[in-house]
Formats: sequence, C-alpha cells, structure tokens
Amino acid sequence: MADSILEVKDLRTSFFTDDGEVPAVDGITFSVKEGEILGLVGESGCGKSVTSLSIMGLLPSPPGKIVGGQILYKGEDISHAKESRMRKLRGNDIAMIFQEPMTSLNPVFTIGEQLTEAIRLHKKMPKKDLEARAVDLLKMVGLPRARELLKEYPHELSGGMRQRVMIAIAMSCDPKVLIADEPTTALDVTIQAQILDLMAKLNRETHTAIILITHDLGVVAQVCKRVVVMYAGKVVEQGDVRDIFNHPEHPYTEGLIRSIPDLFSKKDTLYTIKGSVPKPGSIKKGCLFAPRCPYVMDKCRTAEPELTGDRHKSRCFLHREDA
Amino acid sequence: MLSYSIKRLLMLIPVLIGMTLIVFGIIHAIPGNPAQTILGTKATPEAIHNLNQALGLDQPWYIQYFTYLKNIFSGNLGTSIQDNMPIAREIWPHLAATIELSFVAMVIAVVVGINAGIISAWKQNSALDYSAMILALIGVSMPIFWLGLLEQWLFSVKLNWLPSIGRLDIVSTVRPITNLYLIDTLIEGQFSQFWMVVRHLILPAIALATIPTAIIARMTRSSMLEVLKSDYIRTTKAKGERMGLIVYKYALKNAFIPILTVIGLQTGLMLGGAILTETIFGWPGIGLYVYNAIQYRDYPVIQSGILVIAFLFVMVNFVTDLLYGLIDPRIKYR
Amino acid sequence: MSEPLLKVEGLKKYFPIKGGLLGKVSETVRAVDGVSFSVNEGETLGIVGESGCGKSTTGRMAMRLIEPTAGKVFFEGKDILNLSKSEMRRTRKDIQMIFQDPFASLNPRQTVGRIIEEPMIVHHMGNSSERRKRVDELLELVGLSAYYAKRYPHQFSGGQRQRIGIARALAVRPKLIIADEPVSALDVSVQSQVLNLLQDLQKRFNLTYIFIAHDLSVVRHISNRVAVMYLGKIVEISDSERLYDHPEHPYTKALLSAVPIPDPDNKTNRIILKGDVPSPAHPPAGCPFHDRCPVAMDICAKEVPVLKKTEDGRLVSCHLYD
Repeated sequence: MADSILEVKDLRTSFFTDDGEVPAVDGITFSVKEGEILGLVGESGCGKSVTSLSIMGLLPSPPGKIVGGQILYKGEDISHAKESRMRKLRGNDIAMIFQEPMTSLNPVFTIGEQLTEAIRLHKKMPKKDLEARAVDLLKMVGLPRARELLKEYPHELSGGMRQRVMIAIAMSCDPKVLIADEPTTALDVTIQAQILDLMAKLNRETHTAIILITHDLGVVAQVCKRVVVMYAGKVVEQGDVRDIFNHPEHPYTEGLIRSIPDLFSKKDTLYTIKGSVPKPGSIKKGCLFAPRCPYVMDKCRTAEPELTGDRHKSRCFLHREDA
Repeated sequence: MLSYSIKRLLMLIPVLIGMTLIVFGIIHAIPGNPAQTILGTKATPEAIHNLNQALGLDQPWYIQYFTYLKNIFSGNLGTSIQDNMPIAREIWPHLAATIELSFVAMVIAVVVGINAGIISAWKQNSALDYSAMILALIGVSMPIFWLGLLEQWLFSVKLNWLPSIGRLDIVSTVRPITNLYLIDTLIEGQFSQFWMVVRHLILPAIALATIPTAIIARMTRSSMLEVLKSDYIRTTKAKGERMGLIVYKYALKNAFIPILTVIGLQTGLMLGGAILTETIFGWPGIGLYVYNAIQYRDYPVIQSGILVIAFLFVMVNFVTDLLYGLIDPRIKYR
Repeated sequence: MSEPLLKVEGLKKYFPIKGGLLGKVSETVRAVDGVSFSVNEGETLGIVGESGCGKSTTGRMAMRLIEPTAGKVFFEGKDILNLSKSEMRRTRKDIQMIFQDPFASLNPRQTVGRIIEEPMIVHHMGNSSERRKRVDELLELVGLSAYYAKRYPHQFSGGQRQRIGIARALAVRPKLIIADEPVSALDVSVQSQVLNLLQDLQKRFNLTYIFIAHDLSVVRHISNRVAVMYLGKIVEISDSERLYDHPEHPYTKALLSAVPIPDPDNKTNRIILKGDVPSPAHPPAGCPFHDRCPVAMDICAKEVPVLKKTEDGRLVSCHLYD
C-alpha cells in the first residue's frame, strides 16, 4: 500500500461570527495516498471547501480559524505553520484549482505572466528556460497555439481553456498534491469531460495526488479511486469508490445516490431526502442526519455515532454491532 | 488600443466645440453692452460704437463666433483691459505656476492617498485602518481656506519654518525659461534657488492636496477591498506569493481603474479650483489671475482664463481615458 | 392529433454587435437561428444544450420576453407576435416562467406573500382577501406552510426559494410554464424534491412544461420529448426514450457519452469532443457541428443540414441520415 502524502486528523475549523462560533468543519479525518485521486463529496455547506482552504492555509481569517486537529504533509503538521513556511508549500508542494475559471485568472495580466509566477517564486530557472517551460505546460494541458497564448489575456479565452490554464498553473511546479475544488462545475458537460480526462491523464503521468472536491457523484464515480462523503462538517462515510456506490452504508450516501435522475431509464418519481441541510451548529445532540434519516432510531437522536470500519468506514448506528 | 485612442480623440471634437461655445457665450451673457461695460459709464456713444466695431460686436453672433474660433486657433486670446497686454503672452506664467502647484499637490495626494488606502484595506478593521479613515474623513470635510490659514499660522508665524506667501522670497528672482520654477532653477544649476522654490511650494501644495488625498485614500481602500476578495487574488495566494507583492503588484493594477477615475477628476478640479489656495498663499497662478481680473471686470481675461482651465480639464480627462486602456486589456472591446 | 398548445416556427434571434469607429454593426450573433417545435397540452418538452446554444433565448422568445428577429409563435392557435400590448398582457397570464436563480428572481424587500400575490394583482384576480387565501393555498401546494407568507426571501434556503418561485408562477393558473434551469442551482437532494414537485403539479393541474436545462439526466427524467440544441439550432428532437437510448445525431451521442455516470462499474468509452463550442458570431460554414464532429464528411463543411424525419419518425439534422 502506498504511503500517505497528506493526512487530515480530527481537523476542526470554525468561523467566529457575531452569532458565536460556527463549526464549519467538525473533526474530520482522512488521508491522501501518493498518486491517488481522492473524491471529497458533499452538498453545499458540508465543509468540503473549508477543508481545502484549511489545508492550503488560505482560510479567510478572521473569521475563519483552525481550532483543532492536525494536517500532516509528509508527516509535518502544517495546520498552524508559519506563513513563510506555508508560502513555500503553496503552489510548490500543494497546488489548488478552483471552481470559477472565469474569475480565477487576473484579468489585467497575461497568461504568460500568470503561468510563470509560481515557477519564478519556487524554482530557480533562467529566464530563457521560463518561456519554454510555459509552452510545455500549455501543451501538456492540451492547449493549441501555446506560444501566442502566453501573450494573451484571460478574457480572450473560453471557460474550458481558462480552466486548462489554471491546471497548467497548478501543475507548473510539479506539486505532490493537487486540490481541485469543483473544477468542472462551471463548465459544460462536453468541456467537463475534456477536463476530467485531462486530470486523469496528468495523474497517471505525473503521479500527483489529486483531492477532487465535488458535489457531483457522477464525476466521483468516473474519476476517483477512493471517496470521502461529508455531511454538515463531518465525514459520514469513506472508502473505495465501488464499495461506496454499490453498498453505501450511511443513509445520507444512499439517499444522495438514489436522488440522481438516471440517464438510462426513467423512473416515475425520484427518491428524495426530506428536509434540507441543517445550519452548522444547529443540531446539538445526536446524529446530524437524524432529522432527515428514513431509518432513524431513538438512539440516533440522543447519541452521536462514531466513524467506524476498516477500509469502508461509516458514521451510523445501523452498521454498528452494538446498535 | 490605437482605434480606441482615435475614437476618444474624435469624441473630443464636439466637447471642445461645446466648450468654446459656452465660453464665447459668456461675453454675451454679460448684462448690457459689452463695449459699454468695458469702457465704463463715462464713455461717449462714439467710443462705444468704435469699440463695438473694433471688437466685431456689430456682426451677427455666428460670424463673431467664427472670428473668435479663428483667433483662438491663431493663438490670439485678446488683450487685457487692465494693462493692454496680449493675454496669450500674459497667461502662460500664471498657468505654469498653477500647473507646478497642482502637479506637486497631485503627487502628494497620489502617493499618500494610495498608500493610506492600500494599508487600510490590507489591515482592514485594524487601528491603522480606522485612524487612516478618520483622517480621510477630516480631510474631506476640512475647508481649504481654514487649513491654509492654520498652516500659515503654525509653520510660518509660530515656528517660522516655511514661507507663507508667493512662489519666491521677495528679494530673489528666477530667470523664467519654462516658468515652471522647479525646472528653471535646475536648468540654471541654482540649487539654493531650487530649495527656496520647494520651500514655497510645501504649504500651498499640502493645502491643495488635502481633499484629493482623502478622496483617493477612500476610493483606494474600497476598490482594494473588492479586489482582495476576488478569486484571482486567491489564485495568486495559492501559488505561494507573499502578501506585500500580491497587494502592490497584482491587486493594485486591478484596483487602479476606479482610483484613476478619481485622480483624473481631482486633477481637473485642482487646475480650475486652485483659486482659493492661490488667494490665501498669494500664489500667482491662473486662479489668482482670473480672480484679479474679476475684480477689475477684465472680461477678455476672465473669458480666456476659463477657456484655458476648461481645456486643461478636457485634456486631463482624455489622458485618463487613454490610461484606462493601458491598464485594462479588456477596454478596447467596450 | 389535436392542435398543439404552443407552436414555434422558424424562430430567430440575431443580436447585433456594434464596434469600430462609428459604432457600425460589425458582426451579428446568431443566438437562435431558425428553431421550430411544438408542445402539446399536458406534456413536457425538454430543451438541452450547452451554454450559448440559444436554449434560454428560445424559451424567452416563446413567451415574448425577447422579441424574435424572425419567426412565428402560436399559442393556442393565435400568433402572439402580432398581439397588441394589452392582448399580450392577457396572454402572459397563461404562460409563466420559472427562473434558474431563486436568489435573484425574488425581490428581497417584499414578503413572500406579497411576491406570490403580485401576479394576481397585475392580472386583476380576486379581491384582497381572496388573494390572501390563494397565497396560503399556493404555499401549502408547493410544500411550504401558510405562515411563511410574512417572511422575506433571505430567510429561506435555495430549495425553498425555488418553491416560492413555483408558487408565484402558479398563482395566475397558467397553462404553460417555461422553466429555465429551475434546478441547476440546487443541491442534489433538494433538486429531486423540486423535480418531484414539478411533476406532481403537472399531473394535478394538467400543466404543460418547457423545461430548459443543461443536465441531461434531469431532462430525461422530466421530459416526454427532448430537443437538443447546438449553436442556435435544433440538431435532434424526439421522444425522450428513443433520444436517450438511441441518439442519432453525433452531437447528441457525444453529449450523452460525456455525462459522468454515477456508477463506478459503468465506465463506457467517452466520446471526447475536440475544442470548444464556436462563437455564435462566427459559426462554421455548413453544419455548425462539423468542425468538432468525429464522423464529419466532406459535405458537412459545405451544406447546412436540415431537420428531417428519419426512418423511425424522429427529427434529426445531420447529413448521415440524408
């Protein structure tokens, strides 16, 4: 089994607002192995983006703050690392791409300037090699006319091309971990297919581990090897992608999978999870999913289940022997 | 970029025509007969008739307007009633004095205002931010004449550090080459003279710079806050760039577009609105020139003064528009 | 067969782009370029396509929120493009729209009750107390409680806001509802609730839907018939069963194969299309899809294919089926 490159242990991140502390991420644990693609799935507000910003040390602070746990990169805890240390890691060891390709590039700088920025920061490279490297990167992400593109501005590119540029920027220093936060959500389905294809290819060729954050279970099923399912700031299930999709243990995971309309056949009515995601911190006692759960038991309302299991873990009393 | 510049240049034509029409109209807006006004109440009807003819005031208005335009284009701005000198020759030293003062004041306003705004935004909600913004609020609300008098009282009368009046010490002169004394003294290599010119500039420039500094600081802060929240700044952070460079290199260029608008507007206002500062500090600029002309009812001078100020205003705006295009690559598509 | 409720013929919308020194029209964006379809009473027509294909513009033209450049729109047999302003206002009562962004389409300063009441006031329906009663009914109908009427939109979640949007559309008892990406801003678990609600309401009130979306699975679920658009044109239109199970147009095939299937054991060979959708200002000559089409032939670059009936009775616009 490959070693873990990044481990998140009992991470807790809160936002301190006028209404008090809001626990956005409430004790999550998972690890990323070298060269794998890990899916981090959940609906809006489940804390998946806060997790990624916590790893990058890019939480808007104030109000956001890591209040507990560890983030181990190659064994080093970076959860409270100095800004100067984080700057060395960011873009170099851990890179990130974001959901909005249209706004994630600076409109008043050329593609070339933005593409070479991280290399100039982290690698000592003679100026003449810089352009060649930039051209290589653009070719690697499948962009035509690489040399001319360097002199163009973001507004001259389509959304799909901009996301390719973002990927090229992220890959520019050969990072060990790439965090992709909803990288295809803003893109059309045919362009999404291109980008996912590209990410899978880069993962194979460069062995960069990818944390793919998404709400789209289809994307997860097609690209990821392992999956972490989050709900209301907690991990509710994690395991191998096949196990999760074929034998979901947590009722939330099961509900999510069953709510998706099928492309291949038509059902009369869709399965639904009743209600909506609770506000962070609003449920004080018991399982956070209990108010929406179709299998809810008395116990669920009073005690909170632990995340248990070996390779396939879940946070539910249904799968606990003592239940 | 080129087609954008040409487009902007073409758009200047109607503006300039409108401007001359309005300034031309001023002489017609004066109650009564201009010749009568110029010659005073004791003038004979013959003298008035002769002056009317000399000024071409017996012609229809459009002929008069075209004569006026022709004169402007040939550099003839008329003659001052006070001293019978051609205004075109007289106006430049005054204009230069104003440009020098405004330029120095604008440099102060831009350097202080932008930095104060950036630091405020960067350290949002800190003590630094609050004090900078309170100062900016005071700056905007401070009447110039009061600030000017306060400066004079403190730095000239009480502390005797800086001169309070004029461009030069009374006993000294500078040989006018460009009439921009900072440049003239440097060309001549007279560094003590240069220093004197600088000392004379300090107080009026600060007084003139106060309001623009405050406005620029506030605009920079809000624009910068907006940019610092943007996705592309997050991208830059994710590359491991340090905050200082992010703010001054990457964010400032984006934040600069609204700031530039304010700078352009304030520069224009400064050139025309320096009259208060110039009066208080006895600064022989165009404001004081026009102010004196108003006291003597020297209409040709007033007219030309307004024309020149308006022209400068239009040109400043034109340059601002071109700078937009340089900063923002998307602008040519608008 | 009876008269369709809505029939659209040769609908076009060209947007001029002004440029150059004198603001002359330098190019024309052909947002919608000759679209024809019909919708029967009680059925749902899905319109799918990627961004910029003209599906939203088509939906808006069908209720004359955007004036078409050319074409005809028949609602219950009469050409609504020829209606006077007041006649059009009366017709609008029968055609309502649901928008994508439940956040932006609700006035933040109005109570939910007032928002739902508004269209009834516009169309002079009932008196004040009757309208209040109807607001309460509508809120219950879309699965909210009547006491929500006094609250403001920001107090609701995305799914609830979309329910409010639906209640507002239903207020005037429309016959046709044009839903433009009604569930794409919602989370999966909430999305299925809203989809079920829409189907439920359709059965109860015999509503007719035009359902515009980019999510192919959602469209299949809700639609009886589906039109696939590409660059302002319909490339294929048929009943959803056949379209999804046996797509004929190469674009439909690629589109369907690009959808990530939520099943790790079903990794079918995806058709990965090259490049981006061309700009509607410069569509390629001939078939608009030919420069990305994996099976393009010589003729495709030259001749524009027309929408024709194929052997099994569906409409496809492709030279492969000439």
